[in-house]
Formats: sequence, structure tokens, C-alpha cells
Amino acid sequence: MIEAVGLTKRYGDKTAVYNLSFQVRPGSVTGFLGPNGSGKSTTMRMILGLDNPSAGQVTIGGYPYRKLPNAPRQVGALLDAKAVHGGRHARNHLLCLAQLSGIPARRVDEVLGVVGLQDVARKRSKGFSLGMGQRLGIAAALLGDPQVLLFDEPVNGLDPEGILWVRNLMKSLAAEGRTVFVSSHLMSEMALTADHLIVIGRGQMLADMSIGDFISHNSADFARVRTPDTDPQQREKLTAALTEAGGQVLPEQDGALRVTGLPLPRISDLAHGADVRLWELSPHQASLEEAYMRMTQGAVDYRSTIDQRAGLQQELQPGMMPPQQMPVPGQGQPGWYAPPPPQQGGQPFAMPQGQPPAGPYGAPAAPGGGEPNPYAQAAPARPSAAPELTKPEDAR
Amino acid sequence: MSTPQHQMQQQAAPAPNWQAAPGTSYTSPIPVTRTHLGHALASEWTKIKSVRSTMWTLGVFLLLVVGIGLLVAAQTSDADYAEVPYTIPAFFGLILGQICLITLGVLVVSSEYGTGMIRTTFTASPQRYRVLTAKLLIFFVVAFVVSAFAIGFVGLATSGMHGGASDNKWGGTVLMGALYVSLLGVLALAVGSMLRHSAGAITSMLGVVLVPAILPAFLMMSESMRTIGEKMQEYNAPNALAQIFELDSDNGGGGPQLALLAGVTAAAIAGAYALLERRDV
Repeated sequence: MIEAVGLTKRYGDKTAVYNLSFQVRPGSVTGFLGPNGSGKSTTMRMILGLDNPSAGQVTIGGYPYRKLPNAPRQVGALLDAKAVHGGRHARNHLLCLAQLSGIPARRVDEVLGVVGLQDVARKRSKGFSLGMGQRLGIAAALLGDPQVLLFDEPVNGLDPEGILWVRNLMKSLAAEGRTVFVSSHLMSEMALTADHLIVIGRGQMLADMSIGDFISHNSADFARVRTPDTDPQQREKLTAALTEAGGQVLPEQDGALRVTGLPLPRISDLAHGADVRLWELSPHQASLEEAYMRMTQGAVDYRSTIDQRAGLQQELQPGMMPPQQMPVPGQGQPGWYAPPPPQQGGQPFAMPQGQPPAGPYGAPAAPGGGEPNPYAQAAPARPSAAPELTKPEDAR
Repeated sequence: MSTPQHQMQQQAAPAPNWQAAPGTSYTSPIPVTRTHLGHALASEWTKIKSVRSTMWTLGVFLLLVVGIGLLVAAQTSDADYAEVPYTIPAFFGLILGQICLITLGVLVVSSEYGTGMIRTTFTASPQRYRVLTAKLLIFFVVAFVVSAFAIGFVGLATSGMHGGASDNKWGGTVLMGALYVSLLGVLALAVGSMLRHSAGAITSMLGVVLVPAILPAFLMMSESMRTIGEKMQEYNAPNALAQIFELDSDNGGGGPQLALLAGVTAAAIAGAYALLERRDV
């Protein structure tokens, strides 16, 4: 069991981790999610006593890591697959770690077999691929047969077979009653592996809940409703009717409507009542990935901008039109992620039992209209697209 | 921004105790031993012998000391050893060979920082002082044994070639010479642990060895700096080795120089320990 209380780490002016408090319990796989630079690895290093917290503390089984009498027998960790001396061969690397904690040499051969590296045991680890390095790191973590396991991005560089193996390994380790704490940014992987999620952004806690709760609190199920393109008035009419009935309606890029808060039959009834024909009425459920992206979109440090390629282009002759660029799905488009469920009052994510908004990230990220679309100007003018015609320069 | 509600929910969780909640917590069937310095020594011994840099630096060291030593012995006559010990040909090789030991001393610790291995090591043994102690001991023993062997071998070969010229005792010069260069290596290890950077630490150590040997020539030119220059000339590393091998037997056998090096090394080790416990890895 890992327990952090008020964990904070500052590097000069920069606060990498701020006031994290959480518990990681035995018997389940706990996923640790966050965008790049959100403080996942710093937190892992503090758990392992490599970095000293600026404030707060973290204990494993009640002890600070550096006070554990035989740490590798209680905690196994894979932090960085490249944290090996490349000139040493795999077996000697594990052997020197085993000797540090009094583990017999035959255990080294055992774990080499477990991770499938027995054939390259006497090859220098410099020549290992990323996947082989990950396997060596996992072998080092398993060496002491510990009760607590920490993995930082364990599936990086693994082939599909390796990913499946890691997934099953994590689950079986947790099923044996061990504490398994895995950081990752592969949502699909976490959805399959983890039972519990701890999500951080910019070093602060965003969520600490079971994976089922996470999805149900953050995924916004919505209905996509499309009215005939030929008749914009029908759409206006339907929007008014749905809003009146208590639904939330958001226009989409292509003229469809996103409706939340109303069941599908009710939407159909309302459309019928308003005498509006429907071309589409389909249910949509957000995935864990979508829920996660929406939660963390305010907390991303490294965000890509749209490549304008202006630096490569010759100056246009006056009067010439710039070449039309086709929009790329997902790039700078508003409302790419599902809107929040209406009962949450526009909060970008929800903590159970009505948590107060989480600090700087609690500000409602006005779904749909929050991020202006640089391509909106080029889009064919539709009545509902008008409010989105904002200036492209503040597109992040 | 803690989550009081969660902690309330999690009150049902087992108390922070290894053996808590039987059935949900895992206990390894392999018995847990209490670790001590012996484990760290075994680990460091595996480490030092399983990288090529050890073989390279020690191989070059042996080649320099023994090779140059035998060449010098072959070029000298019996009469040259009337006043001096038979180990004196090893001195010329040691002047160059000490750089190999400095390099190895630095690499023993800084290569771990360079590759990131140190994080793995300190995760496996959060008792950092124990790791550094094991590194210092293992390196010192290896360096001392190898250099004593090289100097002793040169001494034996020379006395075989020029036997009977004198009955000067030379056993002490083997131990003193080996101790001096090994301590230089240990100093390099401590500097490497403080600087955590191979190139930086090796350059600093070359400065420590070479600058006091070169600077006096300039300091002697000015009257006010003359005493500093003289002290530097007396205590610099090449001159200390010359004293130990009684190259000019007019002043001492290198005792004060060895004491100075031991003092500097002790200070550097103390600094390395102090920084090791405080810094983030």
C-alpha cells in the first residue's frame, strides 16, 4: 500500500507536483494518468526516495522508502528502461541488483525466463531494443518478488504480444494481492488493465476513483441528431423544442446537433411533435480516452499548434487567393470531445460527491465554443456556425 | 486540494502494515534477509568486473607501469642502483599510469550517473551511503592490488637484472607507491560522486595532478609567490611519487606528501557522503 500525503515537489520556481494525497491499495491495478510533464515520473521518483519531497510525505507500507530494511524485497520498480549500464550484459545487470538485496543468483535466471530474455542473458544491454530494455526493467522489478510494484510506462516499445503479456502480468500480480501502480498515457491500455485511476495534470490531482466511476462521471453520452440539410429552419425549430424540454443542444461542424440530457425516444417524440424530419438519430458513448482527454485538456503543457507552413511559402502576390487547406480531423476543431453531462453544470470533469472544481482546472472549458476553429472561416456559411466565427489567432 | 471524501471511503482499507488484511496482501515465499555492507560489496564487485572500462584502464595501467619499467630497467646498469631501490623503474610508468587509475575511479561512479543506472542502484539500495562505501572499498582494493602487483613485478625484474648492486630495502616503496596512486584513484571516485559527470571529474582530477606540477615554474618568477611555488613543487603528485621512490634521497620518503593526499581524499569523501544523502538522483 502506497500512501501519499500532501506530496509537493518544487524545482526552483517551477512546481512539478503540488499537494498530492492518494492511496494505492493492494489487490488491484491502479493506473496513474496525466499528460506529459504533469508530474507522474516525479511522483514515482518521490515514492522511491530518489527525490526528496519539498513538502508532504509518501510511505510504502507505513515506511518512507529510504527507511525500508530491504527495499527490493518489498517494492519493485521499473522507472526508466534505459537506466542500465549498456556495457554490462543482462544477467550481470540483474545479478548486481540481486546481490544488493541478498537475492540468490538462481532467482536471476528465473526472472530472465519470466520476461523471456533467457536467450540474450549474456548479451550487452547496449544492443537491446526498447522492448527488450522494458523486459529487462520488468525483470529487475520482479527480482525481489515484492508486494508493491511500480511501473512507469511499461508498455512503451513493446510489440502487441508484449503488451498483452504485460497486461496479463499486471492483472495476475494484482490478483495475488500485490499493490500495482502503473503510469501510462495509453488510455486504451489503462481501460483494459486498471481497476482504479489516479489522474493528475500540472502536478495536481484531477481524479482519484475507480475506472467505472471515472467513465460514468466523465464520459458524456450524447445523441447525434441530423435534420435535413436543405431546410435550416427545421433545425432551429428542433433546437428550440429540445432546449425547451430540458436538453442541451450543441451544433456540430457538419450541421448535425449534439443532444445531451434527453433519451433517444424522447428526442424522436419531440421532433415528431415539432413536425421536424430527422436524417439521423444515433447514440454515442464517450470512451475512457475521450473522458481523459476532456479532463486533461486544460492541463496539457505541451500542445501542438497547427502547422501553418507559412515560413516555407513564398509571399503571395496581391490579389491571389491562398490555397485552400483541408481541415485535419482533431486539429484545432472545437467540440472534438463530448460535452459534459448537463447535470455537472459545465464542469469539464467531475469528482464524486460534488467535489469543488479542482483549482485552476476547474474553470468551465465552455465545450464547443471554447476553442475557436481556424478553419471556421473557410467553412460554408451555415446559420448555426456563426457564433463560432471567432478569430483564429487565439487558437491554441 | 486533497480529497477528503475519498479518504473517508478508503477508511475501510487495511491499515498501512505489511501483514495487514490477510488474503488481500501478498507475502513472498522467499525469506527476506536483512541487507548489510557485505551485500553491497558483492554487488559492486560484480559491477566492477563486468564492464569493459575496468579491463581497459587496468590493462593500460599494467602495460604502462610494467612496460616502461622493464624498458628503463634494461637501459640502466647495476651501478645506477647503488643508492636507490630496485622499484625505481616503475616510477616512470606510474607518472602516466596514475591517469588510468584516476579515470577508472571516476568511471566507477560517474558511469552510473551517465547511464541512469544510479537510479536503479539507489532504488535497489536506498541506503546510499552503503553503496558509496562499497564502491570506495572495492575500488581501493582493486587499485591497490593491481598497482602493488605492477610495482612489485618491476622491482623483482629489476633486482633480477641488476642483482647484487645493493641491498637497499624496496618492499616499502611498493606499498607506499601503490597506496599513493590508489588514493589518487579514490580521490577521483569521490570527486566523480560529487560532480556526477565523467568528463568533468576526469578533467578536474587531471588539473589536481598536473597544475601543481606546472604552476611552480611560473610562481617562482615572482618573489612574493616563491614560497607558494616551493610548497607546490614539494607536494605535487609527480614529485610525491619521486619522493616515495627515493629518486633524490635528500628529503624524506614521501610521508608528508602521502599524508596530504590522505587528508584531501578524506575531505573529498566526506563531501561526497554529505552531498549523496541530500541530493535528488
